[in-house]
Amino acid sequence: MQKFKIKKYIDNSNVSRFRFWIQLLSFFVFVYGGYFFIEIGSRLPIFSCPYVEGSPGGCYLIGVQHELHSTWSTIFSPRGISILKSLGIFFLFFIFLNKAWCGYVCPLGTLQDWITRLRKTMGFSFVRYNEMSFKRLKSIKYIILFLLILIPLAIKNSFFGLPLLPEGMHTPFCQICPARIILPLFTGDTSQIFVDFTDTSTIIMTSLGLMVAALFLVGSFVKKRFFCFFCPMSALQFLFSKIGILRLVKDGDKCTRCGNCSRVCDVGITEIADDVLSKNIVKDDCMMCFKCVEACPEEGALKVKVVNFDIFSATEEGFFKRYGETADPEHLEKHGLLNSNKKEKDD
Amino acid sequence: MIKATDQDRYNRLKKTSTIHYNMEVNQVLSEVIDDFPDKLAGMEYFYNRFRPLEEGKSLYPKDKKLIASMCIHVPIEIIYALDATPVRICSGSYSADTAGSDFLPAKICPMVKSTLGAIYLDMLPGNANPDLVINPTTCDQKKKIGEMEEEIGKEFYVLEVPPSKDSEEARQYWQRSVKKMVKKLEKVTGNRLTRRKLKKSIKMVSMAQAEFRRFMRLRKNAPVIFGKDAQLITNAYFFDDIDNWTINLKILNDELEERINQDINVVGLRAPRILLTGSPSIFPNMRTPILIEKLGGIVVYEEFCSSSRMLSDTVAVDEWFLYDMVPAVADRYLKPSTCPNFTPNDDRIRKILLAMKDYKVDGVVYQTFTGCQLYDMESRKIGQELEKAGYPVLNVELDYNPKDSGQLTTRLEAFMESIKDNKRNK
Repeated sequence: MQKFKIKKYIDNSNVSRFRFWIQLLSFFVFVYGGYFFIEIGSRLPIFSCPYVEGSPGGCYLIGVQHELHSTWSTIFSPRGISILKSLGIFFLFFIFLNKAWCGYVCPLGTLQDWITRLRKTMGFSFVRYNEMSFKRLKSIKYIILFLLILIPLAIKNSFFGLPLLPEGMHTPFCQICPARIILPLFTGDTSQIFVDFTDTSTIIMTSLGLMVAALFLVGSFVKKRFFCFFCPMSALQFLFSKIGILRLVKDGDKCTRCGNCSRVCDVGITEIADDVLSKNIVKDDCMMCFKCVEACPEEGALKVKVVNFDIFSATEEGFFKRYGETADPEHLEKHGLLNSNKKEKDD
Repeated sequence: MIKATDQDRYNRLKKTSTIHYNMEVNQVLSEVIDDFPDKLAGMEYFYNRFRPLEEGKSLYPKDKKLIASMCIHVPIEIIYALDATPVRICSGSYSADTAGSDFLPAKICPMVKSTLGAIYLDMLPGNANPDLVINPTTCDQKKKIGEMEEEIGKEFYVLEVPPSKDSEEARQYWQRSVKKMVKKLEKVTGNRLTRRKLKKSIKMVSMAQAEFRRFMRLRKNAPVIFGKDAQLITNAYFFDDIDNWTINLKILNDELEERINQDINVVGLRAPRILLTGSPSIFPNMRTPILIEKLGGIVVYEEFCSSSRMLSDTVAVDEWFLYDMVPAVADRYLKPSTCPNFTPNDDRIRKILLAMKDYKVDGVVYQTFTGCQLYDMESRKIGQELEKAGYPVLNVELDYNPKDSGQLTTRLEAFMESIKDNKRNK
């Protein structure tokens, strides 16, 4: 059966390698695409930063901050419909790839993966958080999301009779976002590395931005996907994740809780191994890289689905193809155990 | 150490026990091999692993240190990577059990007594003379025998295993414990753990696992191989050269595949398919599977630490450096383990329930050794869950004394008959 063969080929494949190339391509498109007259849209669920000269589109977060930078009367006038329209466009983009936008497309995510590669080449160990404090930090991305909605509103409207926030805090998240500072560097643009001395609020915000950018570089060197853990985009995406077309599902009955999935997880999700009841196993930090599916040796315990069609499932054969083949072909040859001629690289 | 005045007594004990042991081995082998007419060519290799060895002839490479372990929780990948040979010395011998009884209270599990006796009398598989015995702190009885090292005359190393496995704290503790063991083994072997060697040994063990998993897959549908043979295969893994083991299992698997294609089975399709769990059957204590299969049943899955629990679970490394490989190896011995020493241990129930479906099992035989509280205590909950799912369960308690098989036979016979009846009426 032809269909069967294709499925088997995919299940045996190395998705991480595929992801590497997709990320490279996306990075190129979302940092240099503008130079090639590529135009994708300005409500994207990734850090396609308009501060980058070659950007082919814009990040939804900058859009929403601009839109909410208005008075209540504007928001509730017919002009306010555009806010809903933007959200709709964001949603339409998002729903196709679900959180895989983070794992496959987001240039800032890709950059972190490259920094991880650099660390690996240098042979340094990664850092693990203490689990307890880690859990406490989980809410930060939701707080940032809440603030980036609240602050623009509070610049134009007074809440409970409080004074208005200074105009210098407009688009507050962009001011502290590492994408604004780091991504333009790839087009040779260093102009974002500056402190805006217009007034106190701009000095604070832009200095904070520089600090976050520095922290981003250091953090992602010691910790895989360091920034994603605090990313408000990830928080916003997760609110809609349940209705995404691309899904990651788990069959708890088949799970042995061996923990292979959670130990290869770049964002350190433990539920993927320990939760045997949930079917939808996408958590807020998940970036749908599907390394967990690659590392699962139990037939069909983890599956990637598009609506209800399996596109990539955990299989025993696939697992041993990826993790099992010996590093030493000579040893295999000696014992007649060499079953395929291709010598795969193992990481 | 043994006092000189006692040397005579020791020698006599050793001599008689060895004779008894060899008799036991021959007896069980003839039951396993000769009493069943349909023989698989690929099994010959595994049968031969158990033939009594000539006096003093060691099975192991002489230029390498020999590291014995008393449990599956000892990471053998690390032992291989340090150029040493691992051997698992859990014993199923009744004569060693008798010898071990001198050291321990009466109500102790026969496997623990037997293992202690076997170490004391040097009756280990393949005439092993281990340079170090690793004693993981799993069940109480096993861990306490580590305190008898002086009396026994072997060096023991206590490998600390946490009492629970679900929390992150337990995992960190275990990973540190394994790292500490690496240090100890480096000292004993005089070798250093390197990235290249550990990677190679992880892959080597994973090849054995892949082959074992293939073997289990072949048992899922048609009854192509007896459970007593399957248990000899996994028992051979305790002490066999791992590469030889893997290649010979591959040969056997090819044969089984061929037989499946030709529809050749070792028993009729209506034979009761049994899942065996509880205290592990370890050679030469093969009474339960042999009895079940002599009574017309077939064991299709063993949820034993001498079998599926030892070989199914895999290592997944994210970054192939020592800093990630050692924890990865450690994880594989903790997280998926269904040893009743851990609490809670719901994974064991889930694993059995899944196997019931996958292997089309008709009934469960739950074996408990007299004195093994952990398996005994879990039998209740597992029995309840299985009955809730509609499967018949038989709890049997036995020790290593082959003489009291009468009652066991009667109960197993009745159980088999009732399953056969159920199958007929379906």
